[in-house]
Amino acid sequence: MVPPKSQRLLIATLAIAALISAFSGRIDAYLLDVALGAGISIVLASSLNLINGFTGQFSLGHAGFMAVGAYASAMLTTTLAPKLMGQTELLQWVVFPLSLVAGGLLSALVGVAVGAPSLRLKGDYLAIVTLGFGEIIKVILQNLDAVGGARGLTGIHTHTSLFWVFGSAAVTVYVVWSLLNSTFGRGFVAVADDEVAAEAMGLNSTHYKITAFVVGSFFAGVAGGLYAHLKGYLNPSGFSFDKSIEIVVMVILGGMGRHSGVIVAAVLLTALTEVLRSFGNYRMIVYSVLLIILMLTRPQGLFIWPLKKRKST
Amino acid sequence: MFEIENIHVSYGAIRALHGVSLKVDEGSIVTLIGGNGAGKTTTLRAISGMVQPISGSIRFNGRDITGYAPHQVVKLGLAHSPEGRMVFANLTVLENLQMGAYLQRDSSWIAKEMGFVFHMFPRLKEREKQLAGTLSGGEQQMLAIGRALLSRPRFLMLDEPSLGIAPLLIKEIFARLVELNRDRGLPILLVEQNANLALEVSHYGYVLETGRVTLAGTSADLRNNPQVQSAYLGG
Repeated sequence: MVPPKSQRLLIATLAIAALISAFSGRIDAYLLDVALGAGISIVLASSLNLINGFTGQFSLGHAGFMAVGAYASAMLTTTLAPKLMGQTELLQWVVFPLSLVAGGLLSALVGVAVGAPSLRLKGDYLAIVTLGFGEIIKVILQNLDAVGGARGLTGIHTHTSLFWVFGSAAVTVYVVWSLLNSTFGRGFVAVADDEVAAEAMGLNSTHYKITAFVVGSFFAGVAGGLYAHLKGYLNPSGFSFDKSIEIVVMVILGGMGRHSGVIVAAVLLTALTEVLRSFGNYRMIVYSVLLIILMLTRPQGLFIWPLKKRKST
Repeated sequence: MFEIENIHVSYGAIRALHGVSLKVDEGSIVTLIGGNGAGKTTTLRAISGMVQPISGSIRFNGRDITGYAPHQVVKLGLAHSPEGRMVFANLTVLENLQMGAYLQRDSSWIAKEMGFVFHMFPRLKEREKQLAGTLSGGEQQMLAIGRALLSRPRFLMLDEPSLGIAPLLIKEIFARLVELNRDRGLPILLVEQNANLALEVSHYGYVLETGRVTLAGTSADLRNNPQVQSAYLGG
């Protein structure tokens, strides 16, 4: 049996990621770093797109979930795994991916705890709660000596390669895409379009909102794990409110609820960060100005193709 | 068949319904008329579980459904087509109808009913693949009604189906509703500001004022009632 087109596309992307990854030694180290960063941004932006774009909620805590996944997977690979099995090749090919999934699962679990109470309400409560959540996570990490506190967590193995990053990005996009292109998945768009009408059709809108939030949190956690094993060092201040906003901007720039637009925006903004590096701390100002200009000129997002927004299935 | 008794609803400190009771008999069209803020929409929302009444009871086919969540109410066969049409703008016409059949498992029934809706409103068939947000007001209302039908209702509630729609389309939509009621015996609870039209198509009517039922009677009686005439029928 031939798998459907989307699955073939996923397999092809994974294969290409593996192939390029094999030659990553020849790529300029700086470029490689930017590319890996862009790939992680795709994971973050696509997963947030499910929550903020397609389901019409507003989460401001994606960096917090990223932090949960980052610290969880880093702790697993640095302290737990070597004790159990010592330094082996297994670490990179078995323990590392497992730690990514574990980080994602923990993040998803936290997502249930944060999302379940606030998503039962209609309105902007989620934004307020997730804003607080992001700060709480940061403060907890800063004061938790077991993970290095404010000094940060050092000595993380740098397992993150092109394969893992773009593999994860492909899986994220695939999961979000196939989740939405099913009879069940149209419910997400329905809830975003009109919650009252969606409930009148018999949809449990709370259930949908929590599903989107938890799936989104899971992939934010995975992105965190990738980030931890890319930098080799974690600091709580790296997961501040600014980071969450950065991801939100990617989703808005890409056009809320557009798969490809958000991917392009994630890559562009990551590259832009590098270009704007000379601005230093003024980067956020440039970001804000960009966002304001965009809201005035292209409120529908940068990459919208007129009218034919979505292929109907 | 369907009955609500003495329900009270408030939004925070503001009381919207002060004990509303009404009844819908098998196979009839019942209308609820009244001005802005009289509590018409709130009554429908209370029935479909979108707001919970503080007291009172809602009974459907002998079952007490007070306090049910919206998705449970829909499962029992109460369809609610909300005010302002509220179609899913970013889904196509076809997908909107499929969402209506969200709780239906029988795909041959869905296909048959989909055919019925397209026969009832041929315009929807022409615009099958179009995003619902691009339809005209009247077409969106047709879609909202069709979508409600796909939830396999045994009782249909419509909130202001004539709101903001071209008069010609209003006529067409109401003609279809009357046929639906006549041919299928589907009971309809119709909330309308357009009292003339509502009392013309319905069998029985209730007049709601500031959260209370102030008048009730057969639609013909209400139309001849001088109070109703001066307040709602413009003369």
